[in-house]
Amino acid sequence: MEKNIILAGVGGQGILSIAFVIDNAALDAGFEFKQAEVHGMAQRGGAVQSHLRYADHEIFSDLIPMGAADLVLSVEPLEVMRYWHFLKPDGWVVSSVTPYVNIPDYPDADALLDRLATFPNCILIDGGQIAKAAGNLKAQNMVAVGAASCRLDFSEDHLLTYVETLFRRKGEKIVEVNKRAFRFGRAAGLFFRGLVDGGTAIPTALRLCQHIDPATMDPGLARQWAEAATTDAASLESLLSSDEVVSCDRVPTQV
Amino acid sequence: MSRQILLGDEAVGLGAIHSGLSGVYAYPGTPSTEIFEFVERIAKKSGDIHAFWSTNEKVAYEEALGMSWAGKRALVCMKHVGLNVAADAFMNSAVTGTNGGLVLAVADDPGMHSSQNEQDSRYFAQFALIPCFEPRNQQECYDMMFEAFDMSEELSLPVMIRLVTRIAHSRAGVKTRSTLEQKPLNPARDIKKWTLLPVNARVQYKHLTDKQPELLRRSEASPHNSLVLAGRKGVITCGLADNYFRENVSGGDTSVLSIRQYPVPADKIRELVAHVDELLILEDGYPLVESMVRGLFGLAGVAVKGRMTGEVPRTGELDPDIVRTALGFDPRPAAHEPASDLANRPPALCKGCPHTDSFRALNEALSAFENPQVFSDIGCYTLAALPPLEAIHSCVAMGASIGMAAGAAHAGYTPAVAAIGDSTFSHGGITPLLSAVQQGVNLNVLVLDNDTVGMTGTQRSMSTGETLDQIILGTGIEPEHMKVIVPTPRNHDENVATIREELAYDGPSVIIARRSCLEAIKKA
Repeated sequence: MEKNIILAGVGGQGILSIAFVIDNAALDAGFEFKQAEVHGMAQRGGAVQSHLRYADHEIFSDLIPMGAADLVLSVEPLEVMRYWHFLKPDGWVVSSVTPYVNIPDYPDADALLDRLATFPNCILIDGGQIAKAAGNLKAQNMVAVGAASCRLDFSEDHLLTYVETLFRRKGEKIVEVNKRAFRFGRAAGLFFRGLVDGGTAIPTALRLCQHIDPATMDPGLARQWAEAATTDAASLESLLSSDEVVSCDRVPTQV
Repeated sequence: MSRQILLGDEAVGLGAIHSGLSGVYAYPGTPSTEIFEFVERIAKKSGDIHAFWSTNEKVAYEEALGMSWAGKRALVCMKHVGLNVAADAFMNSAVTGTNGGLVLAVADDPGMHSSQNEQDSRYFAQFALIPCFEPRNQQECYDMMFEAFDMSEELSLPVMIRLVTRIAHSRAGVKTRSTLEQKPLNPARDIKKWTLLPVNARVQYKHLTDKQPELLRRSEASPHNSLVLAGRKGVITCGLADNYFRENVSGGDTSVLSIRQYPVPADKIRELVAHVDELLILEDGYPLVESMVRGLFGLAGVAVKGRMTGEVPRTGELDPDIVRTALGFDPRPAAHEPASDLANRPPALCKGCPHTDSFRALNEALSAFENPQVFSDIGCYTLAALPPLEAIHSCVAMGASIGMAAGAAHAGYTPAVAAIGDSTFSHGGITPLLSAVQQGVNLNVLVLDNDTVGMTGTQRSMSTGETLDQIILGTGIEPEHMKVIVPTPRNHDENVATIREELAYDGPSVIIARRSCLEAIKKA
């Protein structure tokens, strides 16, 4: 077993906090791991990435070779593309679609999502919306690692232990917000995949997720939503074109 | 045994602590900063290790040498270009030799992620005639510290640990040992050894050259220099390059010499060369081993390949893909082609940064001049070279802004303006300002006093606030030509006027733009 992950984002978005959670889980599980990161000038709002590798055997290179990454985990949609040539042919993308716009030539948001949606092995989530629902916009990094957690080799509780360790010194409230962001992110990721695996097109699945209250997201209901989306396209479209955010347990047949 | 998650930098720091360290010395510089910071964190708890940032690398090196003189173990850390600043003390410390163990950890930055050049510190070790270790993983970063301190004391020489960015800033689990006791105070008594008058220096330099066969004997016997003879294709890997090689080749019939301890193990190289038809040399940094192996005349019967022949690019850091290509393998299949049309996301000054307000005012004050050029320096404010500010036009070496502005003024260039941060000023700006003021040069120095070392993560600045004012006045500058402004959007017009006034003055003037770094305020 060997897992190679590229963590991507913008300086200040908390990539290294994601790395902390996975590093510790990997170490505790008895794996070998290496994790190369970016310090210094690029941290001032530049593109940052971290190469994270864990395995049940010795790892040599601190950097992941091109074509060897199992996963690009990004807190920001544009940043995925900076690294997707590192992915294996059957590699995965887990990304927030919330843009971080600090450059004048940031691409058109819809075109960006169209490019991301061409990736069949993807989990797309609205990190900004979910972090806000969890109680703090800054927790988008924990939303992202939560969404990716189903592609990792650790239990939810195991990862949450290190979310707690990471934020403990900032007080109980911050710990709770970040754990919630992780859980919401995980549920959103699983729900998104449930929709896609149930036949929903990737762009539609993302838009549907954005119309469901993150606090109520239940991956167990994803299949029913996916079925309803195919059988009752008109109702679905009216939900998607509205500003409405509904509870996940609103019975899918009522869409 | 339990493992601790450590950056390569941190593993060096912890290795030093567990080796019985008494003092750590450094000036911040990416990618070396975290060595000192790690030791400082532990020292704060234990209280028995001296850990306080130094004004610059030369000072740091001399303080470490003093700790060694007193019989205790000292670690001094810097980035590659920092060693240029410390070079005077460094070179001569090889001639004096040491008393307590003295280890120099230098972090090179091949690829220039955060630097002005990619000079290779192994040349400095070779130049000074001292041993050098080059760890390939975090565990070796830790373990080699014990060897380095012992070797320093056994040979009475400073010992270098050479890191590169990719090991300095990469984490892994490290198995640790128990802490050795610190050495007792035991000041050196041999005055001739430490007083490099020519008559003593000649004797000491002879001692240094006499030690060289022993250094070489240790390199040849070192487990860090391992030779495996197999097929007629040979590879030499230095430090981290070994990982990139192994990432691409497992087992196989390539003959491999891995070098992680210097001086270069000449006999092992001869043995490898005698065995192979072609030899690929993989090293991060300059082609040091490659140029030695090739020599002026090349190797008869063996094709030597590497950075000098183009199999490996002459510049930039190594990575597993560059090594893969050099080995002649096809690229691995990937899910995507690299995206070629992506918007870049360069680093930028933070929102609300005082430097932005300072440079907006400077730009406007200078707008009356045709194509005005501003000499600047190394720090966050170097980002003002980029759009939208485009306010500075040079960045060469720590403190160089003031010296270069003075030289340009000597040549008749006006207005000669230098922009420098408060910490860079204490590091390398005081002496050129003293020179300029004493010569009465017509130049304007803008000191951006944000009360911290911003770029490397808000470390303590040595000359800020009142201390900075006193230092500047101490150069003998006319007090009315040292002005303090507060760079905020609200003060813009007033600040422009102040700068204009000083630009019009024919003589040395200093304007201090004083407002704290937002990152530092956030952290405090």
